[in-house]
Amino acid sequence: MSETPTECRYAATHEWARMEEDGTVTVGISDHAQNALGDVVFVEMPEEGQQVGAGDEAGVVESVKAASDIYAPITGSVVAINEALEDEPEKVNQDPYGEGWFFKVEPDDATALEDLLDAEAYTEVCESEDH
Amino acid sequence: MPFIPHTEADVQTMLAEIGAPDLEALFDEIPDHLRNGALNDVPEGMSEMDMLALMSERADQDGGYTCFLGAGSYDHHIPAAVWDITTRGEFMTAYTPYQAEASQGTLQLIYEYQSMMAALTGMDVSNASVYDGASGMAEAILMAIRANRKNKTGRILVADSVHPHYTRASRNIVRNQSIELHMLPVGADGVVDPEHAARVTGDDDLPAALVIQQPNFYGRLEAVDALTDWAHHHNALVIAVVNPMSLGVLKPPGEWGNNGADIVCGDGQPFGVPMASGGPSFGFICCRSALVRQMPGRIIGRTVDLDGADGFALTLQAREQHIRRGKATSNICTNQGLLVTAGTIYMSLAGPQGLRETATRCHTNMNLLRVRLLEIDGVEALFGGAHFHEFGIRLPVRASLVVEGMMDRSILPGLCLGDFSADTLADADDVLLVAVTEKRTEAEIEGYACALSEVIAAARKGAA
Repeated sequence: MSETPTECRYAATHEWARMEEDGTVTVGISDHAQNALGDVVFVEMPEEGQQVGAGDEAGVVESVKAASDIYAPITGSVVAINEALEDEPEKVNQDPYGEGWFFKVEPDDATALEDLLDAEAYTEVCESEDH
Repeated sequence: MPFIPHTEADVQTMLAEIGAPDLEALFDEIPDHLRNGALNDVPEGMSEMDMLALMSERADQDGGYTCFLGAGSYDHHIPAAVWDITTRGEFMTAYTPYQAEASQGTLQLIYEYQSMMAALTGMDVSNASVYDGASGMAEAILMAIRANRKNKTGRILVADSVHPHYTRASRNIVRNQSIELHMLPVGADGVVDPEHAARVTGDDDLPAALVIQQPNFYGRLEAVDALTDWAHHHNALVIAVVNPMSLGVLKPPGEWGNNGADIVCGDGQPFGVPMASGGPSFGFICCRSALVRQMPGRIIGRTVDLDGADGFALTLQAREQHIRRGKATSNICTNQGLLVTAGTIYMSLAGPQGLRETATRCHTNMNLLRVRLLEIDGVEALFGGAHFHEFGIRLPVRASLVVEGMMDRSILPGLCLGDFSADTLADADDVLLVAVTEKRTEAEIEGYACALSEVIAAARKGAA
């Protein structure tokens, strides 16, 4: 059973987004997604300062099985990327909601986070995919 | 023997089963205007005996000439062992087999090929090959556009001394992706000048990459160190198009300038592949490890199996089209399995020493012929300065007349640049591009010089 923390919001494309105390939104991929991908070997990040729109391609996560696009879950500008993943992409598998985060966005409109799925709805999406 | 296993009865049974009246009905969903009527012009099949007769007739048209023709395809000696080994049943395949890991011999051969190409070009990695040199250049341009995050632009600066066919093929492949090739002009000395590069591109409009060919289309040696440093100083990547044979004597692109080229591509034909009226050959593409995820095509990696024994496997496949579909690094590349096999065996038979000797001999022969030709009244050098194994001459008469006269004397004297689309060279009707390989003997070189004097004299007489 995958972990789906309730403090995060989720996109149907398997990214999570979490509002931080400083008003930025941290983005990563869900436990379900890292499980499905298998061993992550490379993450291609957006650039700091890059403007992303909700649903835009913002990077690529590559495992031994597949290379999948990462979509920005919210509109805003990228203010930080997780450079540690360059040398240790396995953190995405080991700690998807912690050290395995991808990038942080300064959202244009923080309330847009409400448009994403909550943990319960996302769990249903994952379960329906599993069947 | 037909290669389609279905009998007419099989076909009828299958059509009846799915309720289609005829084979044509299977293609109904393709709109008429998308169908290529040209296929109607393909003639009926012929018997094996008739086909062999036709092919030997055509092959005879190629034979019997002493070849000084180059411009991208060169008449090098091919040791008999190369094709003897290549055409053995264990090696003879056009492609990396499906269920690739079951074919460890093929994978090991490609791995050895990659290792040798990386060493030869001074790069970290090589892929398993692409179609040919021109498609290698197009793929290198696409790689550079994807990889260059500092100059995010569709502009590519291409030295106008790059093979015109390579530039044309690249333009065809990339033009629908908002990529523009801007040409860097060739100076009076037959090479491009980094000073011009600065003028062609303003500081606000820097290219994602600079493409340089070494030796260039005219056989001249470019100032690759200065060009590489200029490009890197302006955050542009450097794409090197090289003749692999020349690397027997020239500096590998990995050592150009302060930091070396970023992507190296070219045509592998000089390594054991016959000229065969212009093809097929194989293209190569090598790069630094930082760019490996942008490299198209397959790469074979070395690994160990469960028992710790050495084994070979396809690696970095995640960006190939069977997984990434439309977002793959390339949807138009393949590897040239059979020709790469020949190239790999050629390289392993020659070794670094053999390549050095062959390249040196080409260069020595070129100088010998060039000096002799420039002694002939009315013949002038197209360009001065250093050449590898090819050079241009200006003739006192039309080059096409000279080619005709020389062919009557069983010599293919070179390429008429006037007929060829060397868009960069004005008034090229009297220019001949001449290539000399290690195969040409002193007697053949002397024979060329004598024949050329006669042919020019005859042409002048005819004109007078």
